[in-house]
Amino acid sequence: MRQSWRTAFSRFAEAMTLFALAVAGLFPLFHVGRVELIYYTIPYPNTMNLFSQWRSPLIWDAVAISTYGLVSLLFWYIDLIPDLASMRDKARTRVAKFMYAIPALGWRGDAHHWQGLHRTAFFLAAIATPLVISVHSVVGLDFAISQLPGWHHTIFPPFFVAGAIFSGLAMVMLFAALFRSAYKMQTIITDEHMNKAGILMLITGLLVTYGYLIEIFGAWFSGDTYEWAYSVERVLGPLGWSFWGMMIFNAVVVQLLWFRSVRTNPTAMVLISLAILVGMWLERFVIIPVSLSYPFLENMWDPFTFGIWDILTVISPFGLFLTAMFLFIRFVPVIPIAETQATMIEEAHHVK
Amino acid sequence: MSSKQPNTLYGVAAEFESAEQLLDAAREARRAGYRRVRAYSPYYIEGLADVLEKRTNISAWIVPVALLVGAFSGYMLQYWTSTNVYEFNIGGRPVVSWPSFMIITFEAAILFTALALVGTMFAQNALPLPYHPIFNTPNFGEASRSRFFLCIESIDPEFDLQDTAEFLASLEPINVSEVES
Repeated sequence: MRQSWRTAFSRFAEAMTLFALAVAGLFPLFHVGRVELIYYTIPYPNTMNLFSQWRSPLIWDAVAISTYGLVSLLFWYIDLIPDLASMRDKARTRVAKFMYAIPALGWRGDAHHWQGLHRTAFFLAAIATPLVISVHSVVGLDFAISQLPGWHHTIFPPFFVAGAIFSGLAMVMLFAALFRSAYKMQTIITDEHMNKAGILMLITGLLVTYGYLIEIFGAWFSGDTYEWAYSVERVLGPLGWSFWGMMIFNAVVVQLLWFRSVRTNPTAMVLISLAILVGMWLERFVIIPVSLSYPFLENMWDPFTFGIWDILTVISPFGLFLTAMFLFIRFVPVIPIAETQATMIEEAHHVK
Repeated sequence: MSSKQPNTLYGVAAEFESAEQLLDAAREARRAGYRRVRAYSPYYIEGLADVLEKRTNISAWIVPVALLVGAFSGYMLQYWTSTNVYEFNIGGRPVVSWPSFMIITFEAAILFTALALVGTMFAQNALPLPYHPIFNTPNFGEASRSRFFLCIESIDPEFDLQDTAEFLASLEPINVSEVES
């Protein structure tokens, strides 16, 4: 539970999760079309006596994602309280002191408070692990429960979990590697951190690759005409570039991570992470618009084309995400102070 | 310096340089018979809280109870609304189909547990608390960064300004100071 190589990454990863979730959370809003009626998804007593359809994966998704968001926020925040207190004590201006003091809640480092925080974080981590698996599985179920060729696969839930960890690691790696060289933090985010994260990327990358292959195998082995026709069209049709791009960026490039020298080379890791992020975007492109381009009736086959609004919708969330991320890097300790301090003070003391 | 009246005194605090010193000092204070002893550190120190005063790990009790309460509430929300409020009849499928209720049951269990855990922690630690006398300790700003403090409170039955200050001074701290309440 307490792997020291992970702590340097943890706060980063948690912040990324939260901001990515906040940005991603906007899309179901747009997607329902009637943004002002999104509260219908919340089960609340109302005069219409209207309630959610509990057998639909869409309500599972709404519940899973909001639970995930809230638990991530709590986990991130309680871990941040001692560091906010540290910022409060270090702040030079009254305004800064006040701004940090409010969220620090009067934390004073009392031994019993630390113990309570430690125990709470331990149990939260323990219950958050199945939660992470459940939230991505439920997203997988949104697709798998439909009948559409390309969506109707039992492999989707675990495949989505692997894909989420894979792209999440790539994103953390990208930020961590850039951050490390920009702020000269090689002693805090060490080569060993990069190495371990690289190994995890390789493992999840191989799982994702297995998913791609088994999807095609399943389409053929099931003998389902529609499923197989879609699989052929997906690989060889006009949108085939997205499939091949996904395979190259996710399945081929990742093989470089077998080498330790690649895993500890920051430039290589930045490039590989970028490739994976593009690859994972292509994977979602393959799953959503490409599948929707080939429904059951052939006269409805209509390969997806990009319009200006599609392109803007892809680009704009980057702005929102990066704004939040940069504000976070500027104002909140990105590397957990308390845990780094523990190592540093103890080392200094042992040298004496 | 005028001598302070006991009722305006919160306690006497000693400032230490390392976690081991604080841990040793806490042990010594307990051995000397002090009971109202509090320790402050910039990071979590394994075993320090237990040296001062053993508290049961309430989280270990909260988790199973909250999981059960959460799971029950999550399931009953679905069961009750499906049977009494809004029945969805879709192709004659059963109104209560428990397998498809399991995901929300699970999520509700996790949600209740997380909220109960964090709520309990805040309640137990009595946070948020914007003001606390310990902040009057000179140099206490360092307690969140590089220094370790041990404070013996004046409400301790064994407390005596002179003796307690001398006792703390014998533990080789950087300095000992009186803390106003």
